[in-house]
Amino acid sequence: MKKIVTGNKAVAEAVRIAQPDVVAAYPITPQTEIVETLADYVSNGQLASQYIAVESEHSAMAACIGASISGGRTFTATSSQGLLYMHEMTNWAAGARLPIVMANVNRSLAPGWNLWAEHTDSMQERDTGWLQVYVSTVQEAYDTILVAFRIAEHHDVLLPVMVNLDGFTLSHIMQPVDTIEPGDFIPPIHLPETIDPKNPRGYGTIAGPADYFRFRWEIERSMRNAVNVIEETQSEFAKRFGRTYGLTEEYRCSDADVVVVSLGTLGKEAEVAVDILRDEGIKAGSLRLRWFRPFPELDLAGKEVVVIDRDYSFGFGGVLAHSIRSKNLVKVYSVIAGLGGQEVTYDDIAGFIRNRRIGEESWFGVNDHV
Amino acid sequence: MYEIRIHSRGGQGGVTAARLLAMAALHDGNYATACPFYGAERRGAPVVSFVRIDDRPIRIYSQIRSPDMIIVLDASVMQTVDVLNGLKTGGRILINSARKQEFSAYVTNTVDLTGIALRENLVVSGSPILNTPVIGALAKTGIVSADAAKSAIRGMFADERNIRAAEAAYAEVSV
Amino acid sequence: MDTITEISDDEYILKCTSACAGCGDSLTLRYVLKAAGPDIVLVMPAGCTAAFQGIYPKTAYSVPVVNIAFGAAAACASGISRMFLATGRTTKVIVYAGDGGTLDIGLQALSGAFERRTDFLYICYDNEAYGNTGMQRSSATPLGAKTTTTPAGKAEPKKDIDAIIAAHNPPYQATACASYPQDLFRKVRKALTFHGPTFIHVLSPCPPGWRYSSEKTVEVGRLAVKSGMWALWERENGNLAISAPTKAAMKKPVPLEDYLLLQGRFRGIDEITVGSLKEQIQENFNRLEREEAKP
Repeated sequence: MKKIVTGNKAVAEAVRIAQPDVVAAYPITPQTEIVETLADYVSNGQLASQYIAVESEHSAMAACIGASISGGRTFTATSSQGLLYMHEMTNWAAGARLPIVMANVNRSLAPGWNLWAEHTDSMQERDTGWLQVYVSTVQEAYDTILVAFRIAEHHDVLLPVMVNLDGFTLSHIMQPVDTIEPGDFIPPIHLPETIDPKNPRGYGTIAGPADYFRFRWEIERSMRNAVNVIEETQSEFAKRFGRTYGLTEEYRCSDADVVVVSLGTLGKEAEVAVDILRDEGIKAGSLRLRWFRPFPELDLAGKEVVVIDRDYSFGFGGVLAHSIRSKNLVKVYSVIAGLGGQEVTYDDIAGFIRNRRIGEESWFGVNDHV
Repeated sequence: MYEIRIHSRGGQGGVTAARLLAMAALHDGNYATACPFYGAERRGAPVVSFVRIDDRPIRIYSQIRSPDMIIVLDASVMQTVDVLNGLKTGGRILINSARKQEFSAYVTNTVDLTGIALRENLVVSGSPILNTPVIGALAKTGIVSADAAKSAIRGMFADERNIRAAEAAYAEVSV
Repeated sequence: MDTITEISDDEYILKCTSACAGCGDSLTLRYVLKAAGPDIVLVMPAGCTAAFQGIYPKTAYSVPVVNIAFGAAAACASGISRMFLATGRTTKVIVYAGDGGTLDIGLQALSGAFERRTDFLYICYDNEAYGNTGMQRSSATPLGAKTTTTPAGKAEPKKDIDAIIAAHNPPYQATACASYPQDLFRKVRKALTFHGPTFIHVLSPCPPGWRYSSEKTVEVGRLAVKSGMWALWERENGNLAISAPTKAAMKKPVPLEDYLLLQGRFRGIDEITVGSLKEQIQENFNRLEREEAKP
């Protein structure tokens, strides 16, 4: 059924279909519509979840951890400061191997108070063991929340999944979405360990130097398994519901001389830039990364690479740019653009590509190479 | 692609108007996106919403710079906001006013949305509802069909006064 | 008055924990578990009890234990409790947290869980400092007590967590002490008959922290109560009942000095501070008596 909803609303709708047992969340702009909508669904009986209106984001994740250890499917959502506040517990969730699903509405970090889209918040979670995916349309937000639960709960994975959507730019835009009847696409949750007083166990107990590293390796092993699980799940989704998603989304890349890589809505705006450049005779392509953790294998052979980072790692560089540099052993033109919701148009993106300086970094609006 | 910018004040339903318009475009088999622009959202402060309509998926998220149409739900915002900014030459203005308006270089459509709303008793908490009748006026301009406009309105509001107001706006908008 | 024969023989703490000799916390936990029985899940934040549970792959506790981050216990318990509610499980959820994880870093989550009327029992074992990390002060450290971060004696009075909990109007809250196991046992049993949130605050003397000889734990705990430094009471649906040992202490208190002098953490405490403590004891007694007397 087709309707026009915001990115946030689409997330809430998909969560409702996944039927989590427990939702524990704390409001923060620009995520609030998600938690309000879910509260509404619970209140009017459309969603039979336990809704815990926790008193902080740290507690939101802690409550999700408790519910998940107890065998439940859980969901939360946050942004920016909330995600940072949660950070101790996001680490705990992954370390505890719990398939929690979280929507993160990407927003810049204070100070100053800036409510608009930036990826630094989720980038700071990249080492935690959470799977991370970045979506670019309302439809994709809806579809990806659904696959996220199935991927997280797969016994070869059992890691939490963070679905990222650009604050305001995607969370608040209204686009058409085709909703689905899931059928048995998301099977009932069945975690391998349960709390059982007849077989009492200690969860997250003390692990000494001879053992701890083995647990960390298990997380990484599951991360690597996740690549196949993601592809299989998305493939099954395509078969059942007709919409295909990959680890990345490539637009006119196969014969491209230069490729622009980005995350989120910039990846869509970039396609418009690509079309403009193609009309000028520049063989450009757009590579929108969707899954950022596990970091996908990219084929960039024979192409010049422009990377747009809507984030920054101070004293180092754009996280996406440097990820590609190190994984693909390729020099890139690193553009830092869109921080704090800075407007980046298709014309700007076309400019980044036309005026690229491979091997250099440029901050849009600060030292534009125009 | 057709780009529309809607000017209103916070609390007047400008964002809902954008959504209704996008819904109507969807009913016509088109693709549409609608988005409020977030500045200081205070009741009564000027608010801008954007709608893009196209026959294929819209991949642009940046702000509309050269709209094809602007809609002014509250003419008083024109005292502080340059509503014509960027409007394409020959573009269209749909303005809520009891007096027929003219803006040279643009096609101007005037409709007394406030008067229609009051007449149809389409008032909530003392404020006339403008966002459903404006969809009726828009149907007259042809960017959405009349049937699609009605489907969109009925999809959101059960009260048939909304349809009557939209039909009145359709009939009364100056072209 | 409950007799010792009511306490079950079941032991839920297996031998060879790494607790200190004379640990008041392990004494508290022993009786809590006896009272609560096997059908529970303990939520245990960082603290002494988490530290002496044993090392993977073994555990000394034969009940399910969910270890969780220091400030997150009550929130984690909220998630478990609501999940049990959703699935119709009657297993009891019990947070077992130290004073640091309760009065300080865990206070926000605790207040949130109580405000949401979470169905759980929260037990705070109070050794009046951050024991696990080497006895730094907590807000539960008494006025005048030396800790590693208050070498001259704490300048502020002990934070009144019981009053904070009372402000949330739980159906049941109580204070207890490791040295009075029957009283503790009875109170845990009583708490578990209520739909939560319920709270028990247990004084758990600590030999290395309070600096007394290991074999004196029970004696130190008893002196805390007999001097009035620690009052035993319970409040059930708003009705206060002062426990017998404190009633006795009110009639004939043991001099505070007898309690203080036994512990190295109070060495060198000055007259004025002792006087302050005595005033607080008297005020507390008065307040308890007034409340109990209310019709």
